[in-house]
Amino acid sequence: MIGSSKTIRRDLETIAELTPEGARVLDVGCGEGELLELLTQRRNARAHGLELSQAGVNASVARGLSVVQGDADRDLAFYPNDAFDLVVLSQTIQATRQPRHVLSELLRIGRRVIVSFPNFAHWRISLSLLAKGRMPRTRTLPFSWYDTPNIHQCTLTDFLEMTKELGVRVDRIVPFADGKPYPGLANAPAIANVFADEILLLLSRADEPPITA
Amino acid sequence: MVASVSELKQDPSRVDLTAFSEVVHFGPETPLLLDCGKTLENWSAAYAAYGSLNADRSNVVLIGHALTGDQFVAGPNPTTGRPAWWPRVVGPGKAIDTDKLYVICVNVLGGCMGSTGPASDGPGDTPWALQFPTITIGDMVRAQSILLKHLGIDSLFLAIGGSMGGMQSLQWAAAYPDRTFACAVIAAAARHSAQNIALYEVGRQAIMADPDWRNGDYALSSERPAKGLAVARMAAHITYLSEAALQRKFGRELQAKEGAQLKFDADFQVESYLRHQGQTFVDRFDANSYIYITRAMDYFDLAADYNGVLANAFKDTQTRFCVFAFSSDWHYPPEESRAIVRALNAAGANASYVEIETDKGHDAFLLDEPEFEATLRGFVKAAATARGLKGA
Repeated sequence: MIGSSKTIRRDLETIAELTPEGARVLDVGCGEGELLELLTQRRNARAHGLELSQAGVNASVARGLSVVQGDADRDLAFYPNDAFDLVVLSQTIQATRQPRHVLSELLRIGRRVIVSFPNFAHWRISLSLLAKGRMPRTRTLPFSWYDTPNIHQCTLTDFLEMTKELGVRVDRIVPFADGKPYPGLANAPAIANVFADEILLLLSRADEPPITA
Repeated sequence: MVASVSELKQDPSRVDLTAFSEVVHFGPETPLLLDCGKTLENWSAAYAAYGSLNADRSNVVLIGHALTGDQFVAGPNPTTGRPAWWPRVVGPGKAIDTDKLYVICVNVLGGCMGSTGPASDGPGDTPWALQFPTITIGDMVRAQSILLKHLGIDSLFLAIGGSMGGMQSLQWAAAYPDRTFACAVIAAAARHSAQNIALYEVGRQAIMADPDWRNGDYALSSERPAKGLAVARMAAHITYLSEAALQRKFGRELQAKEGAQLKFDADFQVESYLRHQGQTFVDRFDANSYIYITRAMDYFDLAADYNGVLANAFKDTQTRFCVFAFSSDWHYPPEESRAIVRALNAAGANASYVEIETDKGHDAFLLDEPEFEATLRGFVKAAATARGLKGA
């Protein structure tokens, strides 16, 4: 995961709530497999992971998870269509080389996708740029401009526009602020765009029946 | 010594088979059907076993050995005195824990450590030599399966192996998916590449060019094709190490303190090392076995048996897989392992892929690689839990 670590727990909780029972799940960038283990225990999921780091892969395999060492930009292409009921990409899409392509790949191999990312339109970031004239460093984006892995920053509004272009249905918007979910803001994306520092989205292919979780 | 196996069948909990080894002979009532269409009617399988079989026989680990390996995984070879080849991984408290698991390793068909091969007596009580039928990795695995049935073992908890041993593990998972609970494939490939075939052809030609090879019929003469076999081993050995490892170990260091001799003796240390590798190899390995086993590896192409689609070899499999590759392995490069994993993913299998960063090359799986051992330990432990093995 790239960005905050404080919110992970609530992030994972929300993902578990949105995961159907017994689903085949791929967690892209699964770290040490915490989410996959949670989904296995709580949702009886058949859990698979993709992870770049040796330490993450080792820890995940030791937990009994099926994890492939690789990266999203290169390796998603090798998964077959419809391989998963749900693909999760948590706090990583802004660090990929081709986010739009990655998202369409996720929706090719999975019928549903949960994606989360830091929201660059958050008021603290805007204020930092406006008042100090400097690239913001915040809780969710703690890096300097020269060493950030987050090469494709976006806002909720930007992301929602991309889902329209790709013909993807947005089933759920879960705005987070300071690590807490604010589902009440979901119906007001323009406000969420300013007050949420992280966004979690449940996306489906257009022809997929709406989820009832 | 087969008696001990029947004892085992009566009271498995009491028998400890640590470092137990025997050769089991099979007669015409247990023929071995080969992929080439021929049948072996009198054949033997030599194996070594470590640890104890549990009551429901669910803790069996079958280790496949590499081209020049033998069945003595965790203890010295009693004939050659050669030390165990995988003591880092197999033993009490190791990743493959012989306190909890029953470990079997079988000398491959075509080998020269007790199992039937070209050096064994064929019909007419003379050595088979080149009359021995061409064998495949599939034949080796079929022989193992017959041996295990004979030992009263129906299914494997884990099929595991490195290099050619990994090919055997893959073959087990493909041929007997219901009898292979877990499968670990280490520094291996699902098929030989053109480069692999080319390298082993150099070795075979080196043996065949040795006048002492006598078209394979050297068994009854006093000479062995030692020079040819040594060259074959030297050429192959280079592919088992990485360029970085050779450079680190030897660089351009010379043997003589006085400096370069400007002659064709083993002037560089790397030459001396390779010559030593070649010379010690000929004392323990049969040249015809080398020809037959390298050929079996060349013919290995698991996808070919499944309409050219590797994923079909693993259709509907319930086996848990873990594929290991080493970054500097140019014998079976990581890309070969990735191809296996992609096929497993396409088949929807439970598959993990681990790429260990190392400069030790292909042989890294035999050497000190803590990350490899730790991950393998985790995989085996998690599989044991899923299998319901207590404390493994």
